[in-house]
Amino acid sequence: MIFQGKQKIWSDYQKEIPDDHWFYVRSCIRQGFFPGSEVAFLDICRNKLGKDFFETEHHTTCGGIAYHAEALPQETMMTIIARQFALMGEHGYKNYVCSCITSFGLYTEVLEDWRTFPDLEDKIREHLWKSCRRELTKPEYLAHASDIIYKFRNEIAAKAKHRLVNKFTGEPLRVVEHIGCHYSKMFPSKGVGGAEYPYVLAGMIDSWGGEVIDYPERRHCCGFGFRQYLVKANRGYSMSNTHKKFESMEPYKPDMIITNCPGCPYFMDRWQYVIAEQTGKTYGENGYGIPVFTYEEVAGLVLGYDPWDLGLQMHQVAVEPLLDKMGVKYNKKDKYKGSGGKILKIPEFPMNIKCC
Amino acid sequence: MIDFGYSLTPSSTIEIDDADMSLFDELCAVEPDAIKCMSCGSCAASCTAGVFTDLNLRKVLLGLQRGCEEDVLPQLKSCMLCGKCHIVCPRGINTRHLILSICKIYNI
Repeated sequence: MIFQGKQKIWSDYQKEIPDDHWFYVRSCIRQGFFPGSEVAFLDICRNKLGKDFFETEHHTTCGGIAYHAEALPQETMMTIIARQFALMGEHGYKNYVCSCITSFGLYTEVLEDWRTFPDLEDKIREHLWKSCRRELTKPEYLAHASDIIYKFRNEIAAKAKHRLVNKFTGEPLRVVEHIGCHYSKMFPSKGVGGAEYPYVLAGMIDSWGGEVIDYPERRHCCGFGFRQYLVKANRGYSMSNTHKKFESMEPYKPDMIITNCPGCPYFMDRWQYVIAEQTGKTYGENGYGIPVFTYEEVAGLVLGYDPWDLGLQMHQVAVEPLLDKMGVKYNKKDKYKGSGGKILKIPEFPMNIKCC
Repeated sequence: MIDFGYSLTPSSTIEIDDADMSLFDELCAVEPDAIKCMSCGSCAASCTAGVFTDLNLRKVLLGLQRGCEEDVLPQLKSCMLCGKCHIVCPRGINTRHLILSICKIYNI
């Protein structure tokens, strides 16, 4: 293929991401899984980058989990989403950014459905008015929160207190990037780099000094799925997917994993514990696991946030070996302290995977 | 070990790089048709023995090509060498001769 042809194809998978004025919606599950991530995102955008990010306490779930579990009909899900969009319009915003990959996939799907079937959009508009007397305003621009961090990755790098470099060896940290399936596998043109070469996380790693690892199962699903974990009997299938990825990445000796989905970091983190307890196998160095982070957590570490303020004590796999490599200072005694120095309960430690 | 109520599903990944392909190479040297098969399944569809047993020549050849001979070779014990697969093969592979060569080289 000629070079210009390649450039043309690549340009189809680039996003013009607006610079400022965003309406932000949170994820249902991330606040339970990784509670510091969304707080860190808003703090970085508002206070470090000086951008306008608005959120309202009146927004709800997008309905994604119930929709994908077939507990919610499509029109109900669309009406919920129409209400979210209406809230954005009521507050005078046109750019919509969501924290969750499932939501991003669903919003993209809904906008595409409405574009393809205008009658359906009219029907949902009517449902919205009848149910809560709101007017639908469609966003001019839809982004995932990782797109925003990607856009400002160089600004973050310029303010960096720590880089993704092993301070003991001076070598770049070896980083696995894992993109949520609903980011660009459903609508490749909506993600930076498309489904084949998503660059959203790799771009952050490059800017912050790390080395991206390419391994055979790089684009394999983490195993989160929905029905795969909602039903206990199916969870072995979910874990087997994660196991496949870890077996594939293990020979490349990754120092850390970065993800942009609510489910991926949770399952890649927690399944390492279950795999260790069931098979005795661990994938990190010296009996530890491979720490799994959200992109906001990594951005926070790069910018010098306290790891315990970022909620890293909520991870199953110990993050301390990675913090040591990055040269991040932390107080071991503060790990299980909540806000205001309140002492939280110390968890029970697993048998087969080392935790600090 | 803790019982969580679920467990890992055995992987179906085939590691071709790790497989010992020496016998298959030997087979290809005497039967070049072993890599000519396009896995259309005409042989399996027309197989009389396949109706009553798990014999499936398409699967046998795929297994041999992937180094999984232990999984597929027992199937050949059911072959009656009737030759119907030879008649229907769109690639014109002499399947009877191929099966006899496989039995000889893999010692079954």
